[in-house]
Amino acid sequence: MALREEAEVKAHYGYKDGAGDFFIIIDTDGCIRCEDRGCVTACPEGVFEIITDDYDDMVAAVVEEHRQRIKYSCAPCKPDRERPDLPCVTACAPGAITHSW
Amino acid sequence: MAEYWRWKEYRWHDEDKDWRDGELITGGVDVGSVSSQAVIVVDGELYAFSSQRTGSDSPESARKALDWALEGTGLTLDDIGFVVGTGYGRVNVPFSNKAITEIACHARGANFMYGPSVRTVLDMGGQDCKVIRCDERGKVSAFVMNDKCAAGTGRGMEVFADLLAIPIEEVGELSLQVEEEPPPVSCTCVVFAKSEATALLREGWPKSKVLAAYCSAMAHRVVTLLEQVGIEKEFAITGGIAKNVGVVSRLEHETGFKALPSKIDTQIAGALGGALFAQNLLKKKLSAA
Repeated sequence: MALREEAEVKAHYGYKDGAGDFFIIIDTDGCIRCEDRGCVTACPEGVFEIITDDYDDMVAAVVEEHRQRIKYSCAPCKPDRERPDLPCVTACAPGAITHSW
Repeated sequence: MAEYWRWKEYRWHDEDKDWRDGELITGGVDVGSVSSQAVIVVDGELYAFSSQRTGSDSPESARKALDWALEGTGLTLDDIGFVVGTGYGRVNVPFSNKAITEIACHARGANFMYGPSVRTVLDMGGQDCKVIRCDERGKVSAFVMNDKCAAGTGRGMEVFADLLAIPIEEVGELSLQVEEEPPPVSCTCVVFAKSEATALLREGWPKSKVLAAYCSAMAHRVVTLLEQVGIEKEFAITGGIAKNVGVVSRLEHETGFKALPSKIDTQIAGALGGALFAQNLLKKKLSAA
């Protein structure tokens, strides 16, 4: 099977430590098709930004300063009980954002 | 005082080749947190490289790495058509034409070094560790990076070499000289690992056994990262730790995958990838002109 010219990239931002795995996974193939960029405005903590990646595509990424404290950056949207839908996941039209925790 | 952590700096250039016969001369400079490499590629073939310790000044380290790679070749910066900066200090390479992340550059470099069959690249660098999945062209398809702690990185290994007074090049071999594999030390934090190792030495553990416990911890930590994106054959390791047989063999044992061998120094993968990216970018630039 021939590979597509724009093969998808799954970017894992976050970390693993003694408390668990804390990664936001972005399927940047979805970002290329997305015109809305809803994740950037939907996140109350400003976790997302749009960058030009190494292949000159405009894609979503987790802001550098949040990558090593993502568990805490995302905590306001993740209460222990009655967790609502995550704003970033809801706002992402192509369904490209997933959280590992 | 002996510096056991200090690894050998080196340079190389292809004396059988004359760069003047080439059309596309490009460079890649990888300024990492611990080491800096410069690679020169002539018409898609490796021509020269250097690898040395990064100093406190990233632009100066980049300049020194390039100057050393060019030493004795007759090449100057003006002869190089395009330079890509990569690594931790990629935005501080004053003479680069473009900065590209080390993730993309390591995938590209590994594709050149190990061939198009490589699908999973584990870059074990000085300050962080990355798992990169790539396609047959060396294009990244998934990645994950651990830069939260020195445990599982080259710097962590340097700390252990100094603690045990073992030259860093001998650490891997010595760690394999144990009759039975000891339980790993802490792999959450290099400070905890160091204090645990000190306690084990006081208990009378031989150095080889302590090193085995640390190499095993490093391998285990990296395997948990590999599990995050999944491992697919063929599998290759880049970065300085790829030279540590103690970590590599334990990684192979834990994953069940044999790492591909390389004839090219694994530490230059990022800079090599940068120089190969630079070649494509130079072609684009020339065709647009």
